[in-house]
Amino acid sequence: MDFATFLVQCLNALQYGLLLFLVASGLTLIFGIMGVINLAHGSFYMIGAYMAYALAPIIGATFGGGFFATLLAGVALSVLLGYVLEWAFFSFLYDREHLQQVLMTYGLILVFEELRSLLVGDEVHGVSAPELLSGTLPLGGLMTYPVYRLFISGVCLAVAGAMYLVLTRTRLGMMIRAGSTNREMVQSLGIDVKFLYRVVFAAGVALAVLAGMIAAPVSSVYPGMGNTVLILCFVVVVIGGIGSVRGALLAALLVGAVDTFGKVLLPQAAGVLVYVLMALILLWKPEGLCKVG
Amino acid sequence: MNIIRIALAAAAVTLLAAPAGAQTAPKLKVGLMLPSSGTYAALGAAIENGFKLYVDEQGGKLAGREIEFAQVDDESDPAKAIDNVNKLLKRDNVDVLIGTVHSGVAMAMAKVAKETGTPMIVPNAGAGAVTGSMCAPNIFRSSFSNWQPGYAMGEVVAAKGHKSVVTITWKYAAGDESVQGFKEAFEKAGGKVVKELNLPFPNVEFQALLTEIAAAKPDAVYTFFAGGGAVKFVKDYSAAGLKKSIPLYGAGFLTDGTLEAQGSDAEGLLTTLHYADGLGTARDNAFRQAYAKAYKMPPDVYAVQGYDAAQMLAVGLVAVKGDLTKKAEFSAAIEKARIDSPRGAFTLSRSHNPVQDFYLRQVVGKENKLVGVASKALADPGRGCSL
Repeated sequence: MDFATFLVQCLNALQYGLLLFLVASGLTLIFGIMGVINLAHGSFYMIGAYMAYALAPIIGATFGGGFFATLLAGVALSVLLGYVLEWAFFSFLYDREHLQQVLMTYGLILVFEELRSLLVGDEVHGVSAPELLSGTLPLGGLMTYPVYRLFISGVCLAVAGAMYLVLTRTRLGMMIRAGSTNREMVQSLGIDVKFLYRVVFAAGVALAVLAGMIAAPVSSVYPGMGNTVLILCFVVVVIGGIGSVRGALLAALLVGAVDTFGKVLLPQAAGVLVYVLMALILLWKPEGLCKVG
Repeated sequence: MNIIRIALAAAAVTLLAAPAGAQTAPKLKVGLMLPSSGTYAALGAAIENGFKLYVDEQGGKLAGREIEFAQVDDESDPAKAIDNVNKLLKRDNVDVLIGTVHSGVAMAMAKVAKETGTPMIVPNAGAGAVTGSMCAPNIFRSSFSNWQPGYAMGEVVAAKGHKSVVTITWKYAAGDESVQGFKEAFEKAGGKVVKELNLPFPNVEFQALLTEIAAAKPDAVYTFFAGGGAVKFVKDYSAAGLKKSIPLYGAGFLTDGTLEAQGSDAEGLLTTLHYADGLGTARDNAFRQAYAKAYKMPPDVYAVQGYDAAQMLAVGLVAVKGDLTKKAEFSAAIEKARIDSPRGAFTLSRSHNPVQDFYLRQVVGKENKLVGVASKALADPGRGCSL
């Protein structure tokens, strides 16, 4: 590998890592901070991608369209979805065992997959990137780099920054963190924990949906797409340390680098390298890279 | 009053008599083991449609026996494959097995079919072993082996004067076998595969490997991807600017059922497969019309494979007059048959895989237009088969 190629691979690793963080950000909130094991995270991601595909023509017909209008509509719908799901299902699970959370969220995966099949069908679909961002930049001799990928990286950094600031620097963030440590105590201080959690859960779902919508133009839209990202998301959150936004970002970048260079340098083992990384880090730091609390 | 009673009695007698009369030839139970959920659900549906279309064209009967279906959703999950086959064989007592799309599941099915001797026809899964090391007198395939499209493309790419090629695929049986076929033909014709890139199935993060391709600067790239992975690969290849500088060739699955999603990024791509849009033969036109009429959508290669699986079953059944206990005659008839497929007539190889023409197709708009025949009457070598 010559130096120029090495630099391009570093860019690839960084870009993939940031995309991973974006996809895992919703899980960081719901699993990492609220402590609910949410296997349906991949389904929310899938719902986002399908929204990007299915909403675009509807938004186009009613509001004159645009990628960003679709994005806005999708996020609004997903906050609603998250709020209703929390009210109907998840609010009953906080005091129960983790196994019950696993069972219920697994059930949700099946329901969402089947609904997707009924509503949109089983075909593969493409979503085009917005006109504004569809260009490419020259890179080295033969290659070009799509502007849209850089846009994804930008969105990811913005999301990471906003999450970090809200959780560590605001009163709302303090209440959320306190609620995850001791629910009853926070409640007795006069804070409406139920409502707070409903909002946080809705935000987590919205983040997953946003990730799906933004990733749709590069990943395309197909059945079962959520299942493949789910495991990687858990890896990112666990390596990073449960509940830490900074850790999740660090972990995502690390996974991105290991995956990218693993594929190039050790293709025989590319499939397991990420999990080897996770095992090694957990041996070294059983609580993940950035332990919280 | 009496008249009514007599009339009723007469009606009852005729009602009872009707099924009794038909019982001279009991129904033949066909076990369809196909995916109806998951990534391959659309493929499973097309195969089922194709199969049922042929049966319906024969008036719901093959060799005088009415056809009854028992179905299982195999979910493309190899871990559940043995259980699912056993459901069909033990619970539903099927006479024939048809399935499936996923190679891993098909191998498990073939293993059980080989042990029980139940006639089985594979309508898609291209795993070499099914008509190779695991071949059996009662196991047939109506589709292709992974090796075949790859080999046909190897000949095409060599004939175009390319000398060095990089291959890229998922690291699993179908990808490996496809690249193996390509390499065999391409290197026999004097070319050289300079690098074999692969990534774990079903990973779709191609950027790192595209950078490797750009660094290696080969004359051309050969690839095997299908479904969502195929869509993303074609789009990423184009977005990385490689489509302009390094021509991309693939096994036909790269652009089958995915063109809507790939859009203009797929325009002009050349692929090889045993079926194409616009073959223009009378047989194909008739099939396409009938299929479109029955299911309100155009058929694809999977529908053809399902249709031909039914044709093969019919040939065998006719030869034994519907009596499946005559296993040797049943198999012998299919081995000798010339199947009048919409893709063009084909025969079966010694190891029961179709000996068929492979077409070179080019993406024009939303169709894989026929360019010409890439490899005539191409037979899988059936390595490891002792039939």
